[in-house]
Amino acid sequence: MTATGASAAPLRRGQSRLRRIESRQALGFISPALAGLTVFTIAPVILSIVMSLYDWPAWGDRTFVGGGNYVDLFTRHPDFWPSLRNSAIFTLLFVPMNLAVSLTLALLLSPRIKGRAVFRVLFFIPVVTPMVANVLVWKMLLQPNGLFNGLSTSMFGIELPSFLSHPQWAMVMVVVMSVWQGMGYNMLIFCAALEQLPEPVLEAARIDGAKGWRMFSRITLPLLSPAIFFTTVMTMITSMQVFAQPQLLTGGGPGNATIPIVMFIYDQAFTFQQMGLAAAAAWILFAIIIGLTALQFSAQKRWVHYEV
Amino acid sequence: MRSDVIADAAARPGEQQVAPAGVVPPRKEKQPVTAGVVVAYVCVVLAAVIFAVPLIYALFSALKPNDQIFAVPPTLVGDEVRWGNFVEVFRFGPFWTYIGNSFFVAIAGTIVVNIVSTTAGYAFGRLRWRGRDVVFVLFLVTLMVPQEVLVVPMFQLMQWLGWVNTPQALILPFAFTAFGTFLMRQFFRGIPYELEEAARVDGAGPLRTFGSIILPLARSAVAVLTVFTFISFWNSYLWPLIVVNDYGYLGTLPIGLATFSGQFGTRWDLQMAASIISMIPTAILVIVLQKHLVKGIATAGIAGR
Repeated sequence: MTATGASAAPLRRGQSRLRRIESRQALGFISPALAGLTVFTIAPVILSIVMSLYDWPAWGDRTFVGGGNYVDLFTRHPDFWPSLRNSAIFTLLFVPMNLAVSLTLALLLSPRIKGRAVFRVLFFIPVVTPMVANVLVWKMLLQPNGLFNGLSTSMFGIELPSFLSHPQWAMVMVVVMSVWQGMGYNMLIFCAALEQLPEPVLEAARIDGAKGWRMFSRITLPLLSPAIFFTTVMTMITSMQVFAQPQLLTGGGPGNATIPIVMFIYDQAFTFQQMGLAAAAAWILFAIIIGLTALQFSAQKRWVHYEV
Repeated sequence: MRSDVIADAAARPGEQQVAPAGVVPPRKEKQPVTAGVVVAYVCVVLAAVIFAVPLIYALFSALKPNDQIFAVPPTLVGDEVRWGNFVEVFRFGPFWTYIGNSFFVAIAGTIVVNIVSTTAGYAFGRLRWRGRDVVFVLFLVTLMVPQEVLVVPMFQLMQWLGWVNTPQALILPFAFTAFGTFLMRQFFRGIPYELEEAARVDGAGPLRTFGSIILPLARSAVAVLTVFTFISFWNSYLWPLIVVNDYGYLGTLPIGLATFSGQFGTRWDLQMAASIISMIPTAILVIVLQKHLVKGIATAGIAGR
């Protein structure tokens, strides 16, 4: 390699030769990534499409069923619609709560707050610690005789509902726990965005007398809208993919009240060995995510400001 | 579509690096403390306290005798402070194995990701070759495929390769995502070409140019990629859950914690001690590197799980 590079040095000796050499070098640099991506992403994607068209048990004979898996999911499978509904409920509750909390905190943590770095780290810690550990902590707090209910009964004499075994409360708690766990991430994105706000615009607004709520709603918020758009899209995508929190906190229960679509896919593939059905469900999830993302992109013209 | 979003996010830090010197005014000047700042401060402290309750309570629960965790009324400290819980954890199940496996997988995975991403990022960002843009778009498209679509066929693939329950199955399958490549490409493009050309004219080959000119300049980007990759391998749960079947041999920490809580559902003291232990490495990483965090997350904003 070194030899060819050295002979490329006299630049005048014809661009095409140089190009050829550079192409060869590029091939060397790109091949690990290309090989890995082909084996571990492109091949599985193609395989997944094929699997979704088969009755494909983990072991044993496979039979071609065409669109049968998809039809089964939509028309016959008892848990598919509930799992889609659960993912939708989770997303509808989680995304706004997450964004509201993280944006509020980022705004509060302005440069004038002393020790803001410490606060930022604190809010960020659950994001980087193992989800399983976070969930275990919350599971302890939410036990019928855990901290929350313990405090409530001993201080106010009010018995709280049994959070994790109540159909509605279980989902609420999955959301609350997830907001606690994940909002530090968006908070940091908002912090980064706030630090990059164009100073001249803010200055101009200040000179014009903008203050407080007016400053926030007319100047800061529009300037932040690209960041809000970015976090909304990304948060929505990840919340449609929620798995660990409900799986570990509620086990999907009570009944199927908190089984999200990814847990459905996991169960079908690895508990019931219906890998074809699981592959089909994964593609439906992917289609939904693409659809929702496309929807957000087409709606962004109405509220996202890219100028400045 | 997701690639657009990523492009927006990743393009920003590049600009940011140019801007601060001239645009950001010096922050040292003294400003009077206004009522607004006081209110904000009170709100932040209040939020931090509420936010920290689960963490603090978990820490203190890890130091209690088990039968006092659910005492009514709840207490912060039990009759005695049992540091021994942190030792006892290691007697239940192969906890050292979990920790060792997690470190091994996270470090090996980070090395692979760094090698693959920097070389490919160099090819995309610095070299001219036919078909480059087409291949790059292909890379970006793969970013949109969610893990859930991949795990089912990936498990099938692992079965065919005979890799189920092997270390490489934990490391390789998710080490080739295009994200790192994209991140490095964006960074490499910002480096002035004169530097590289001078090296080439002096007779340095592409490997040397890459190794001794470009990579050292990219140290901060490599650091960001390293931290995020390490964290995502360390915390990874769904894939190890699927591809490992002998937890005593290849279980990672998240898997160990989950099985621990299944087997010892009644020992909350030990579960909390184990949880706290698993939180330490990444928490330290974040505390040490917090200055680069905001910059890093704006660049790497995608490293989810």
